[in-house]
Amino acid sequence: MSDMDDLDLRSLDDDELNKQMQDDLYDGLRDEVMEGVNIFLERGWTPYRILTEVLVEGMRIVGIDFRDGILFVPEVLLAANSMKGGMTILRPLLAETGAEQVGKMVIGTVKGDIHDIGKNLVGMMLEGAGFEVIDLGINNPVENYLDALEEHKPDILGMSALLTTTMPYMKVVIDTLKEKGIRDDYIVLVGGAPLNEAFADAIGADAYCRDAAVAVETAKEFVSRRHNQRGDKAAAQ
Amino acid sequence: MKGRQGTEGAPRTLLIACGALAKEVVELIRLNGWTHMSVTCLPAIWHNTPDKIPEAVRQKIRAARADYERILVLYGDCGSGGILDQVLAEEGVERIDGPHCYAFYTGLQDFTELAEADPTCFYLTDYLARHFDRLIIEGLGIDRHPELLPDYFGNYTTLIYLAQTEDEGLKRRAEAAAARLGLAYIYRYTGYGELGDFMRAASGEG
Repeated sequence: MSDMDDLDLRSLDDDELNKQMQDDLYDGLRDEVMEGVNIFLERGWTPYRILTEVLVEGMRIVGIDFRDGILFVPEVLLAANSMKGGMTILRPLLAETGAEQVGKMVIGTVKGDIHDIGKNLVGMMLEGAGFEVIDLGINNPVENYLDALEEHKPDILGMSALLTTTMPYMKVVIDTLKEKGIRDDYIVLVGGAPLNEAFADAIGADAYCRDAAVAVETAKEFVSRRHNQRGDKAAAQ
Repeated sequence: MKGRQGTEGAPRTLLIACGALAKEVVELIRLNGWTHMSVTCLPAIWHNTPDKIPEAVRQKIRAARADYERILVLYGDCGSGGILDQVLAEEGVERIDGPHCYAFYTGLQDFTELAEADPTCFYLTDYLARHFDRLIIEGLGIDRHPELLPDYFGNYTTLIYLAQTEDEGLKRRAEAAAARLGLAYIYRYTGYGELGDFMRAASGEG
């Protein structure tokens, strides 16, 4: 999808540069994506605009093609690494410019499981969508989740598992939240290859997210609903 | 591989297996003279897309019912999240117990203890050791993009080769695989483990 080698990105107008950067992101060309981010910043684009109209949009297309079997895991990882490159430039600038925060999520892979590719993609895309993401990493016992919930008071608890043998641990975490009377304080989203909607329902999660794009939409929807409910309650008092 | 009419009264049996088990299943049939058993396989690559497995197994079962007295499935849950077991319950067919082949080769209890003791282990079987370069290095794009190695294997510390046969060539391949991935190497001979036990029980022996 990329144009010929040694293309001078500075010679492109904004629309052309946006398209070229999305192509470069699709092709996993991290250095080119980072160069393009800097060019847009020089041209006065806000960090938020670059993030949403270029990087997130580019990854959205990657996600569609992955879902359709056109791209596979290696290409998605390369594209994600390119987006991450862009985000290392934008992240401090987003904080400075007070970019809108949609919500906060704590996410981690469950105890006994060290897989994190999907979780990392979800975290990156949620951050791109305006969420603050606290990533607990891998192999998290319930205590790690509880400590993080206590410290960060997120909107969402996200759990990931890639093994049939570790996914049942998600129920341990949710049951513990119920025992402590705090289950309803959080939106619980779960994901991972062996999971499905029936499993999420059975363990008492709020939703199963089959990929990062669905995770973003689901997170936004649930947070919006929660904020509306809180607004209604406040208005009623 | 089609079996002949049931051996000494043993029911004519079809084994529906993951392609990654094909060599071992055929060898077990040969070694034990289980001529009443036949095997048909689904693509081993579906390890990466386990959602394809359950319905494909169902289609195999239904296509074979008229020709076999007994059908058995040689798949673990294999990442189907219980969906394979639902299908098998609906079709009235049994499978070998266990979450995956690493577990039934090792022995379910032993594997559980292994995994709980150290979840940072990456496992090879004979099949994976034999096809490591194609499946892992090329399949994951590590040959073209070695910078992806930490994304895939950054959380692992050790490669354990669970050997079904004692093969010096495969041992060397497995050790080289560990070195390529930057992991410590452990060799563990399992033999055919509970795969052999399951097939033996299915043939009415042991």
